[in-house]
Amino acid sequence: MIKDLFYFIVFPGMIFSVLVGGILSWADRKITARVQFRKGPPFLQPFYDLGKLFYKETILPKYGAKFTFLAAPVFALFSASLANVFILLPAFFPDAGFRGDLIVIFYLLAIPSLTFIIGALASGNPIAAIGASREMKLIIAYELAFILALAAIVLKTDMSLTISDILEKQHADGAYIGSISGVILFIVILFVVQAKLALVPFDMSEAEPELAHGLFIEYSGSAYAIIKMARYIMLFTLPSMLITLLLGGFRLEGIGILWSVLKLVLILLLITLIRNTNPRVKINQAMKFFFIWMSLLALVAIGLSIINL
Amino acid sequence: MGLGSYCFKKSLWVFHFGGASCNNCDIEILDCLTPRYDVERFGILLVGTIRHADVLLVSGSINKKDKERLIELYNQAPKPLLVVAFGACGCTGGIFAEGIPFAGPVDKIIPVDAYIPGCPPKPEAILAGIVKLTNK
Repeated sequence: MIKDLFYFIVFPGMIFSVLVGGILSWADRKITARVQFRKGPPFLQPFYDLGKLFYKETILPKYGAKFTFLAAPVFALFSASLANVFILLPAFFPDAGFRGDLIVIFYLLAIPSLTFIIGALASGNPIAAIGASREMKLIIAYELAFILALAAIVLKTDMSLTISDILEKQHADGAYIGSISGVILFIVILFVVQAKLALVPFDMSEAEPELAHGLFIEYSGSAYAIIKMARYIMLFTLPSMLITLLLGGFRLEGIGILWSVLKLVLILLLITLIRNTNPRVKINQAMKFFFIWMSLLALVAIGLSIINL
Repeated sequence: MGLGSYCFKKSLWVFHFGGASCNNCDIEILDCLTPRYDVERFGILLVGTIRHADVLLVSGSINKKDKERLIELYNQAPKPLLVVAFGACGCTGGIFAEGIPFAGPVDKIIPVDAYIPGCPPKPEAILAGIVKLTNK
C-alpha cells in the first residue's frame, strides 16, 4: 500500500513527472525560441510559472457549476500521473503491470481531455463552450486512429495487451520501428500525440488569437496551476508512451540511460518542429486528416503487420 | 521576499488593453516580442484572457466608454495585479487630455504601478519599465 502510494505520488508518478515534464516544457519553449532566432526563457521558467500561479487568487465563475469547475483539473492531474505510472513502471520492474494494462492506459490518456471539456463547460463561458465543442470533435477524430494503431501493435505482440510483453518482444526481436509497419505506426501515433497535447497544428480548442485560450479561459490561480501540471505530465507521458510502444522503451542500465534520454529528446524535437513549422488547421481539416488519412495509414499498418512486414 | 512573490516577478503574463489607441503603442508592444528585444527571456508572455494576467497594460487615451470596461477588467483580474500606464495617452492623456470624451488618465480610474511615457515608447523604454516593475 505504502509502496503503491510512493509509486503514484513520488517516483514515476506525480512529482517526478511534473519535474521532467517541466524541463521538457522548458526545452519546448527554448527550441521554439531558437527556431525564431530568439533567446528563450530561463531554465526554471516552467516552475516559476507554477509557483506564480499557486501564489495568485483563484476566481470562481458566477454563473457556473463551481464544484465541477474546480474538480475537473484535479481529475486531469490524477489520471495523467496514473497513466504515467502504468507506462513507466514496466521499464523499471519487468514484472510490473497486469493483463490488459494497454487498454487502461488508453482510457487514462483520454481522461485529461475529457475533464478539460467538463471544466470548460462548467465555467459557463460561451467561448469556453466553443473550445469544448472543438476539443470534443478532435477527440472523436483522433481516438479512432489511435485505437487502430494500438491494435496493430497488439497484433505485432502476438495478441498480448500487456506493456511488459510489448517491451520484452522488442528487446528480443528489435524495436518495432525497424519494420515498415512500425514506421507507419510511428507517424500515426506522433500526430495523435500532437493532437492529444493540443499543440499547433491541432490547437484549435485553445486557439490563442481567436478564442483566447478557449477551454482554459476562466481558469486562474491554483486551478490553472493544476491544469499546467497535468499538461506538463502529459508532455512527458505521451512521448514516453510512444517510446515504449515503438522505440523499444526505456532501459535504465549503463549506456541505456543515455539512449533513453536521447529518445525522449528526439520525440520532443519532432513534436516541437512540427509545432513551429505548421499553421493551425481548421476543425474540419483536422477531422478529415485523422478520420481518413491517419485511420487509413493505421489500417495499412495492421495489414502489413499481419504479413509480418 | 517570499517564494510566491519571487516567482511572480519572474513570470509576468501581460494582458494588453487598448483604449482609444492610435495603434502605434500596440505595434511597439509587439516589437518587444521580436528576436531583437525578446521579452520572453524575462518570462514575459502575452496572454489572451484577463484571468491569466499578472500585468494589465493600458495604452491609448481612455474615453468614457473605455472607462467602464477598464474598471470591469480590473475587477475580473486575479490579484495581485500590476497595472502599467503605457504611452503618453495612458500616462497623462496626451493631446486628447482636453477632449470632450476623455475620462481621465489611467491613474484616475485604477491604481497604477508603473508609467512608461513616450509617443510611442521605444522598446528600450519598455524594457526599462519592465526592469522597474520587477525591482519594485
